Amino acid sequence: MSSSSTLSLSDRFWRWFHGFGSPARFDRFAQKALPWFSWSAGILLLAGLIGGLFYAPTDYQQGESFRIIYVHVPAAWMSLFTYVIMAAAGAVTLIWRMKLADAVARASAPLGASFTALALITGSLWGKPMWGTYWVWDGRLTSYLILLFLYLGYIALVNAIGDRRTGSRAGAVLALVGVVNLPIIHFSVEWWNTLHQGATVTKLDAPSIDTRMLIPLLVMFFGYQLYYFAVMLLRVRNELLDTERRTQWVARLLMGDPARDKS
Amino acid sequence: MNEFFNMGGYAVYVWSSFGISFVVLLFNVIFPIMRRKQLLREVRGHIKRNRI
Repeated sequence: MSSSSTLSLSDRFWRWFHGFGSPARFDRFAQKALPWFSWSAGILLLAGLIGGLFYAPTDYQQGESFRIIYVHVPAAWMSLFTYVIMAAAGAVTLIWRMKLADAVARASAPLGASFTALALITGSLWGKPMWGTYWVWDGRLTSYLILLFLYLGYIALVNAIGDRRTGSRAGAVLALVGVVNLPIIHFSVEWWNTLHQGATVTKLDAPSIDTRMLIPLLVMFFGYQLYYFAVMLLRVRNELLDTERRTQWVARLLMGDPARDKS
Repeated sequence: MNEFFNMGGYAVYVWSSFGISFVVLLFNVIFPIMRRKQLLREVRGHIKRNRI
Protein backbone atom coordinates (compact mmCIF):
# COMPACT_ATOMS: atom_id res chain seq x y z
CA MET A 1 0.00 0.00 0.00
CA SER A 2 1.49 3.31 -1.02
CA SER A 3 1.42 6.38 1.20
CA SER A 4 -1.40 8.87 0.68
CA SER A 5 0.83 11.38 -1.10
CA THR A 6 1.49 8.97 -3.97
CA LEU A 7 -2.12 7.82 -4.39
CA SER A 8 -3.47 8.34 -7.87
CA LEU A 9 -6.48 10.54 -8.42
CA SER A 10 -8.78 7.61 -9.11
CA ASP A 11 -7.62 5.83 -5.94
CA ARG A 12 -8.44 8.94 -3.98
CA PHE A 13 -11.84 9.15 -5.61
CA TRP A 14 -12.66 5.53 -4.72
CA ARG A 15 -11.48 6.06 -1.17
CA TRP A 16 -13.75 9.08 -0.88
CA PHE A 17 -16.58 7.14 -2.54
CA HIS A 18 -16.36 4.26 -0.08
CA GLY A 19 -15.94 6.59 2.88
CA PHE A 20 -18.97 8.58 1.86
CA GLY A 21 -20.90 5.36 1.36
CA SER A 22 -20.24 4.32 4.94
CA PRO A 23 -23.59 4.58 6.76
CA ALA A 24 -22.00 5.92 9.98
CA ARG A 25 -20.17 8.68 8.17
CA PHE A 26 -23.11 9.60 5.98
CA ASP A 27 -25.40 9.77 9.01
CA ARG A 28 -23.06 12.27 10.66
CA PHE A 29 -22.96 14.30 7.44
CA ALA A 30 -26.77 14.21 7.14
CA GLN A 31 -27.21 15.29 10.74
CA LYS A 32 -25.04 18.35 10.16
CA ALA A 33 -26.47 19.18 6.73
CA LEU A 34 -30.15 18.84 7.66
CA PRO A 35 -30.67 22.20 9.43
CA TRP A 36 -29.03 24.03 6.49
CA PHE A 37 -31.23 22.34 3.91
CA SER A 38 -34.38 22.71 6.02
CA TRP A 39 -33.97 26.41 6.77
CA SER A 40 -32.98 27.42 3.25
CA ALA A 41 -35.86 25.35 1.82
CA GLY A 42 -38.35 26.97 4.22
CA ILE A 43 -37.14 30.51 3.45
CA LEU A 44 -37.12 29.98 -0.33
CA LEU A 45 -40.57 28.33 -0.36
CA LEU A 46 -42.02 31.23 1.65
CA ALA A 47 -40.30 33.83 -0.56
CA GLY A 48 -41.48 32.07 -3.71
CA LEU A 49 -45.03 31.88 -2.36
CA ILE A 50 -45.14 35.59 -1.55
CA GLY A 51 -43.48 36.47 -4.86
CA GLY A 52 -45.84 34.28 -6.84
CA LEU A 53 -49.00 35.53 -5.16
CA PHE A 54 -48.21 39.26 -4.82
CA TYR A 55 -45.21 40.30 -6.89
CA ALA A 56 -45.90 38.52 -10.18
CA PRO A 57 -48.24 40.45 -12.49
CA THR A 58 -51.48 38.96 -13.85
CA ASP A 59 -51.13 36.95 -17.06
CA TYR A 60 -52.75 38.67 -20.03
CA GLN A 61 -54.24 35.44 -21.38
CA GLN A 62 -54.81 33.22 -18.36
CA GLY A 63 -55.65 35.90 -15.77
CA GLU A 64 -54.96 34.95 -12.13
CA SER A 65 -55.24 31.22 -12.82
CA PHE A 66 -51.66 31.21 -14.17
CA ARG A 67 -50.46 31.49 -10.52
CA ILE A 68 -50.96 27.72 -10.28
CA ILE A 69 -47.67 27.60 -12.22
CA TYR A 70 -45.83 28.28 -8.93
CA VAL A 71 -46.90 24.96 -7.45
CA HIS A 72 -47.38 22.99 -10.67
CA VAL A 73 -44.09 23.44 -12.53
CA PRO A 74 -41.73 22.91 -9.54
CA ALA A 75 -43.64 19.74 -8.57
CA ALA A 76 -43.52 18.47 -12.15
CA TRP A 77 -39.79 19.18 -12.42
CA MET A 78 -39.06 17.56 -9.05
CA SER A 79 -40.97 14.41 -9.97
CA LEU A 80 -38.52 13.90 -12.87
CA PHE A 81 -35.44 14.94 -10.88
CA THR A 82 -36.38 12.57 -8.04
CA TYR A 83 -36.84 9.75 -10.53
CA VAL A 84 -33.35 10.27 -11.97
CA ILE A 85 -31.88 10.16 -8.44
CA MET A 86 -33.89 7.04 -7.59
CA ALA A 87 -32.84 5.24 -10.78
CA ALA A 88 -29.17 6.26 -10.38
CA ALA A 89 -29.23 5.09 -6.75
CA GLY A 90 -30.82 1.87 -7.98
CA ALA A 91 -27.96 1.37 -10.47
CA VAL A 92 -25.37 1.90 -7.71
CA THR A 93 -27.29 -0.58 -5.52
CA LEU A 94 -27.16 -3.20 -8.27
CA ILE A 95 -23.51 -2.66 -9.23
CA TRP A 96 -21.77 -1.97 -5.89
CA ARG A 97 -24.44 -3.24 -3.46
CA MET A 98 -24.01 -0.02 -1.55
CA LYS A 99 -26.44 0.19 1.38
CA LEU A 100 -26.46 3.98 1.30
CA ALA A 101 -27.59 4.06 -2.35
CA ASP A 102 -30.45 1.70 -1.52
CA ALA A 103 -31.45 3.96 1.38
CA VAL A 104 -31.44 6.98 -0.98
CA ALA A 105 -33.64 5.15 -3.51
CA ARG A 106 -36.11 4.02 -0.83
CA ALA A 107 -36.17 7.49 0.72
CA SER A 108 -36.79 9.17 -2.64
CA ALA A 109 -39.73 7.04 -3.81
CA PRO A 110 -42.46 8.50 -1.52
CA LEU A 111 -41.23 12.02 -2.29
CA GLY A 112 -41.27 11.35 -6.01
CA ALA A 113 -44.78 9.89 -5.78
CA SER A 114 -45.92 12.99 -3.86
CA PHE A 115 -44.40 15.39 -6.41
CA THR A 116 -45.97 13.45 -9.28
CA ALA A 117 -49.39 13.37 -7.60
CA LEU A 118 -49.12 17.13 -6.95
CA ALA A 119 -48.15 17.83 -10.57
CA LEU A 120 -51.16 15.82 -11.77
CA ILE A 121 -53.63 17.36 -9.29
CA THR A 122 -52.52 21.00 -9.71
CA GLY A 123 -52.32 20.40 -13.47
CA SER A 124 -55.93 19.26 -13.66
CA LEU A 125 -57.01 22.15 -11.41
CA TRP A 126 -55.33 24.40 -13.97
CA GLY A 127 -56.74 22.51 -16.94
CA LYS A 128 -60.36 22.83 -15.85
CA PRO A 129 -60.62 26.64 -16.23
CA MET A 130 -58.11 26.88 -19.13
CA TRP A 131 -58.91 23.82 -21.26
CA GLY A 132 -62.43 23.20 -19.98
CA THR A 133 -61.57 19.73 -18.69
CA TYR A 134 -59.78 18.22 -15.67
CA TRP A 135 -58.28 15.40 -17.65
CA VAL A 136 -57.43 14.44 -21.22
CA TRP A 137 -55.76 11.19 -22.30
CA ASP A 138 -52.90 12.87 -24.17
CA GLY A 139 -49.21 11.96 -24.29
CA ARG A 140 -48.07 14.25 -21.48
CA LEU A 141 -50.76 13.41 -18.95
CA THR A 142 -50.74 9.69 -19.67
CA SER A 143 -46.95 9.39 -19.42
CA TYR A 144 -47.14 11.33 -16.14
CA LEU A 145 -49.74 8.93 -14.80
CA ILE A 146 -47.36 6.08 -15.71
CA LEU A 147 -44.63 7.88 -13.74
CA LEU A 148 -46.91 7.89 -10.68
CA PHE A 149 -47.52 4.14 -11.13
CA LEU A 150 -43.77 3.54 -11.43
CA TYR A 151 -43.21 5.21 -8.06
CA LEU A 152 -46.12 3.38 -6.43
CA GLY A 153 -44.97 0.12 -8.02
CA TYR A 154 -41.46 0.62 -6.64
CA ILE A 155 -42.80 1.27 -3.13
CA ALA A 156 -45.13 -1.74 -3.27
CA LEU A 157 -42.41 -4.00 -4.67
CA VAL A 158 -39.65 -3.21 -2.14
CA ASN A 159 -42.12 -3.55 0.73
CA ALA A 160 -43.75 -6.75 -0.54
CA ILE A 161 -40.52 -8.76 -0.78
CA GLY A 162 -39.58 -10.12 2.62
CA ASP A 163 -35.82 -10.29 2.06
CA ARG A 164 -34.58 -6.72 2.07
CA ARG A 165 -31.71 -7.16 -0.38
CA THR A 166 -33.84 -9.02 -2.89
CA GLY A 167 -36.50 -6.32 -2.56
CA SER A 168 -33.92 -3.59 -3.13
CA ARG A 169 -32.60 -5.28 -6.26
CA ALA A 170 -36.06 -5.89 -7.70
CA GLY A 171 -36.96 -2.25 -7.01
CA ALA A 172 -33.74 -1.04 -8.64
CA VAL A 173 -34.49 -3.06 -11.78
CA LEU A 174 -38.01 -1.62 -11.94
CA ALA A 175 -36.66 1.93 -11.46
CA LEU A 176 -34.09 1.45 -14.23
CA VAL A 177 -36.61 0.00 -16.69
CA GLY A 178 -38.91 2.94 -15.94
CA VAL A 179 -36.24 5.41 -17.10
CA VAL A 180 -37.63 4.79 -20.62
CA ASN A 181 -40.63 6.86 -19.56
CA LEU A 182 -38.57 10.03 -18.93
CA PRO A 183 -37.82 10.99 -22.57
CA ILE A 184 -41.41 10.08 -23.43
CA ILE A 185 -42.63 12.61 -20.84
CA HIS A 186 -40.21 15.25 -22.09
CA PHE A 187 -40.95 14.95 -25.79
CA SER A 188 -44.65 14.08 -25.46
CA VAL A 189 -45.72 17.67 -26.10
CA GLU A 190 -43.73 17.68 -29.34
CA TRP A 191 -44.54 14.17 -30.56
CA TRP A 192 -48.30 14.29 -30.07
CA ASN A 193 -50.67 17.14 -30.70
CA THR A 194 -52.02 18.03 -27.28
CA LEU A 195 -53.70 20.58 -25.07
CA HIS A 196 -50.63 20.83 -22.86
CA GLN A 197 -48.46 23.85 -23.65
CA GLY A 198 -44.85 23.43 -24.76
CA ALA A 199 -41.76 24.58 -22.88
CA THR A 200 -41.81 28.19 -21.71
CA VAL A 201 -38.83 28.57 -19.40
CA THR A 202 -36.28 26.10 -20.75
CA LYS A 203 -36.48 27.09 -24.40
CA LEU A 204 -33.00 27.66 -25.76
CA ASP A 205 -33.73 31.17 -27.00
CA ALA A 206 -35.09 33.78 -24.58
CA PRO A 207 -37.72 32.29 -22.29
CA SER A 208 -41.21 33.49 -23.20
CA ILE A 209 -42.14 34.65 -19.72
CA ASP A 210 -42.08 38.03 -17.95
CA THR A 211 -39.09 38.46 -15.58
CA ARG A 212 -41.37 39.37 -12.68
CA MET A 213 -43.18 36.08 -13.23
CA LEU A 214 -39.98 34.13 -13.76
CA ILE A 215 -38.12 35.16 -10.59
CA PRO A 216 -40.69 33.79 -8.09
CA LEU A 217 -40.84 30.61 -10.20
CA LEU A 218 -37.08 30.14 -9.98
CA VAL A 219 -37.14 30.84 -6.24
CA MET A 220 -39.93 28.27 -5.80
CA PHE A 221 -37.98 25.86 -7.95
CA PHE A 222 -34.87 26.03 -5.72
CA GLY A 223 -37.13 25.86 -2.67
CA TYR A 224 -38.61 22.56 -3.90
CA GLN A 225 -35.14 21.28 -4.74
CA LEU A 226 -33.80 22.00 -1.24
CA TYR A 227 -37.01 20.67 0.30
CA TYR A 228 -36.40 17.38 -1.50
CA PHE A 229 -32.85 17.13 -0.16
CA ALA A 230 -33.96 17.97 3.39
CA VAL A 231 -36.75 15.36 3.50
CA MET A 232 -34.65 12.82 1.62
CA LEU A 233 -31.82 13.13 4.18
CA LEU A 234 -34.36 12.80 6.99
CA ARG A 235 -35.73 9.61 5.43
CA VAL A 236 -32.24 8.24 4.67
CA ARG A 237 -31.34 8.67 8.35
CA ASN A 238 -34.44 6.66 9.25
CA GLU A 239 -33.57 3.93 6.75
CA LEU A 240 -30.01 3.72 8.11
CA LEU A 241 -31.19 3.66 11.73
CA ASP A 242 -33.63 0.89 10.86
CA THR A 243 -31.22 -1.34 8.93
CA GLU A 244 -28.11 -0.64 11.04
CA ARG A 245 -29.80 -0.95 14.43
CA ARG A 246 -27.47 -3.76 15.55
CA THR A 247 -24.25 -1.91 14.72
CA GLN A 248 -21.78 -0.16 17.00
CA TRP A 249 -22.21 3.26 15.47
CA VAL A 250 -25.95 3.27 16.12
CA ALA A 251 -25.38 2.19 19.72
CA ARG A 252 -22.86 5.01 20.12
CA LEU A 253 -25.18 7.47 18.42
CA LEU A 254 -28.12 6.61 20.69
CA MET A 255 -26.41 5.66 23.95
CA GLY A 256 -22.85 6.95 23.76
CA ASP A 257 -23.38 10.54 24.78
CA PRO A 258 -26.74 11.06 26.51
CA ALA A 259 -26.31 14.85 26.45
CA ARG A 260 -26.61 15.03 22.66
CA ASP A 261 -28.63 12.00 21.64
CA LYS A 262 -31.70 14.06 20.76
CA SER A 263 -31.00 13.51 17.05
CA MET B 1 -58.16 42.19 0.00
CA ASN B 2 -61.36 40.51 -1.20
CA GLU B 3 -60.10 40.95 -4.73
CA PHE B 4 -56.93 39.08 -3.81
CA PHE B 5 -58.81 36.09 -2.40
CA ASN B 6 -61.15 36.10 -5.37
CA MET B 7 -58.20 35.54 -7.79
CA GLY B 8 -60.12 37.03 -10.72
CA GLY B 9 -62.80 34.37 -10.44
CA TYR B 10 -60.33 31.46 -10.30
CA ALA B 11 -60.31 31.29 -6.48
CA VAL B 12 -61.42 27.62 -6.29
CA TYR B 13 -58.68 26.40 -8.63
CA VAL B 14 -55.84 28.60 -7.37
CA TRP B 15 -56.45 28.12 -3.65
CA SER B 16 -57.10 24.40 -3.83
CA SER B 17 -53.85 23.97 -5.82
CA PHE B 18 -51.84 25.87 -3.21
CA GLY B 19 -53.72 24.21 -0.34
CA ILE B 20 -53.18 20.64 -1.57
CA SER B 21 -49.50 21.36 -2.27
CA PHE B 22 -49.05 22.74 1.23
CA VAL B 23 -50.75 19.76 2.89
CA VAL B 24 -48.78 17.16 0.89
CA LEU B 25 -45.43 18.87 1.51
CA LEU B 26 -46.26 19.23 5.21
CA PHE B 27 -47.18 15.57 5.67
CA ASN B 28 -43.98 14.55 3.89
CA VAL B 29 -42.11 16.29 6.72
CA ILE B 30 -44.32 15.12 9.59
CA PHE B 31 -44.34 11.40 8.71
CA PRO B 32 -40.54 10.87 8.70
CA ILE B 33 -40.20 12.85 11.95
CA MET B 34 -42.84 10.67 13.64
CA ARG B 35 -41.18 7.56 12.20
CA ARG B 36 -37.83 8.69 13.59
CA LYS B 37 -39.26 9.09 17.09
CA GLN B 38 -40.79 5.62 16.91
CA LEU B 39 -37.54 4.11 15.57
CA LEU B 40 -35.46 5.77 18.29
CA ARG B 41 -37.75 4.28 20.98
CA GLU B 42 -37.56 0.82 19.39
CA VAL B 43 -33.81 0.78 18.85
CA ARG B 44 -33.02 2.25 22.30
CA GLY B 45 -35.20 -0.41 23.96
CA HIS B 46 -33.49 -3.10 21.92
CA ILE B 47 -30.01 -1.90 22.87
CA LYS B 48 -30.93 -1.64 26.58
CA ARG B 49 -32.42 -5.15 26.67
CA ASN B 50 -29.30 -6.55 25.04
CA ARG B 51 -26.99 -4.90 27.56
CA ILE B 52 -28.74 -6.29 30.64
